[in-house]
Amino acid sequence: MKISGLKILGILAMKELRDGLRNRWIAAAIIVLGTLALVLSLLGSAPTGSIKASAMDISVISLASLSVYLIPLIALMLSFDALVGEFERGTMMLLLTYPVTRWQVIMGKFLGHVLILFIAIFAGYGGAMLILALFTDASLEGWQAYVSMMSSSLALGAIFIALGYLVSVLVKERATAAGTAIGLWLVFVVLYDLVLFGTLLIDEGQLIGQQLFSMLMLISPTDTYRILNLSMFDGVSQAAGIAGVASEAGMSSTLLISIMLLWIIVPLAATLMVFQKREL
Amino acid sequence: MTPQNPTNKKVISLQNVTKRYADETVVSKVNFTIQSGECVVLVGHNGAGKTTLMKLMLGLTRPTSGKVKVLDSNPAFSSTIAQHRTLGYLPESVAFYEAMTGREVLAFYAQLKGASRTDCENLLEVVGLADAARRRVGTYSKGMRQRLGLAQAMLGNPQLLFLDEPTTGLDPLLRQQFYELIDALHKEGATSVISSHALNEVEARASRFIIMKTGRVVASGTLDELYQQAALPVRLKVTVTPGEAASVADRLGPETRIGEVNHQTLNLSCFNGDKMPLIRRITELGDVVNDLQILPPRLDEVYSHFMNGEPS
Repeated sequence: MKISGLKILGILAMKELRDGLRNRWIAAAIIVLGTLALVLSLLGSAPTGSIKASAMDISVISLASLSVYLIPLIALMLSFDALVGEFERGTMMLLLTYPVTRWQVIMGKFLGHVLILFIAIFAGYGGAMLILALFTDASLEGWQAYVSMMSSSLALGAIFIALGYLVSVLVKERATAAGTAIGLWLVFVVLYDLVLFGTLLIDEGQLIGQQLFSMLMLISPTDTYRILNLSMFDGVSQAAGIAGVASEAGMSSTLLISIMLLWIIVPLAATLMVFQKREL
Repeated sequence: MTPQNPTNKKVISLQNVTKRYADETVVSKVNFTIQSGECVVLVGHNGAGKTTLMKLMLGLTRPTSGKVKVLDSNPAFSSTIAQHRTLGYLPESVAFYEAMTGREVLAFYAQLKGASRTDCENLLEVVGLADAARRRVGTYSKGMRQRLGLAQAMLGNPQLLFLDEPTTGLDPLLRQQFYELIDALHKEGATSVISSHALNEVEARASRFIIMKTGRVVASGTLDELYQQAALPVRLKVTVTPGEAASVADRLGPETRIGEVNHQTLNLSCFNGDKMPLIRRITELGDVVNDLQILPPRLDEVYSHFMNGEPS
């Protein structure tokens, strides 16, 4: 019987998904994301102030700001153990004597983990939104912005899953992987922006001009995600008070999405290259 | 066991294979070929390089120098699907996904090999895990894990089996069943490579032995060939009329190697080539000799000869 490569990917992805269901990982993530989305949206729907922003737009802004912290953390927690854990326990050795190629192992896991994140985000954020829709009337554009926020959150998660794999394939021990993953989160989510804006304040526009600043922002996947969500839809960008900023800086959504895709592809390719050479 | 229909197809060949880790040579200049239908047993102490040799043949690791060929392809990282489909492997200390149940683990591996669900259930039955199939692997004992390991190696009627110390942790009954399974696969023409640190257990099954010591092959061949290579003395136990042992020893003369002499027994030893003349001399002694037992060297003696001797 011949098994197609696609079917192997499916088998490997489904294993990860079942693991996620079995250890209540998916359930926990849905509850966390759903509760936060609901709380933020309900809080956000009260003080709309004089700008008259819609509740949906406020939700997108607050959830995007929250997701920047939360989604990378969830994604790294899912992925840091994915390879080093199997090396350490010895399950990878057995798996590789089966009719699977190494790229199928990586891509199968990736698909499975992205699927887990997809379910968590769309059930958590989406579920909260459906509840919110009962109380407020949202425009079509508001819905679009919300769905695009969920999709870009998934992409942000995929970036950190890929980065987590790279950590996982490079280190020798699980504990090191966990520590490195936390470090990675700190750098991309907190430190990078802190340093960037700190430098900007000290610099007072002397060396870092508009161009350089935009570029520096685009290097960070989290900033790219933020800009994408705050600038893609007019309602949202007006509510966020940054209308037109992104397009003036030459950041089209195509560019932003491409950058995010690159952040998925490059770490995954690097992981695969290291894994191909790895001896077990 | 000698294969029923030995076809002369080369399944595995190793040419001058050396594997070095940082500062340690684990496998050194190993050469051998394995034909299809053979059951080859790798024997050696812990750290002799058996596991590394298996990993090299499985393509899990790459030789530092030399060539490994399995089923006409270089296994190192090629993972050609055709090769793996018919391959079964039981690692030395098998590890599973602890959170999955025994049945889930086997079903997962069966899917990857394209084996059916009935195949899974049958194997669970055979290895005696049918009742524990709903339990998490994390709760399994060492023996149960080993049995699950065997079951996964047997999935999909493998034509090429690599079993790294397969019977550790198995009770005698299951050991027997396990060898019956291997025999059945062999009758269908399967080839297997089994590693073991004991010769006697696998004695009856093996068509050939490869004895390893600190990464080198120190001897290889069938059991008979190993006996010849070892050239160990044959022992004879002679029972004589009570009280006559000392005089019989005198009459046999100084050219006979005489060990222990009791009231009525003598322990003699000689090399295989001298055996018949010695037996003739003993029978010429007449009625004083009541019994004669010939004790060929035991397998563990052959083994310790190769393990303690200098590598050739």
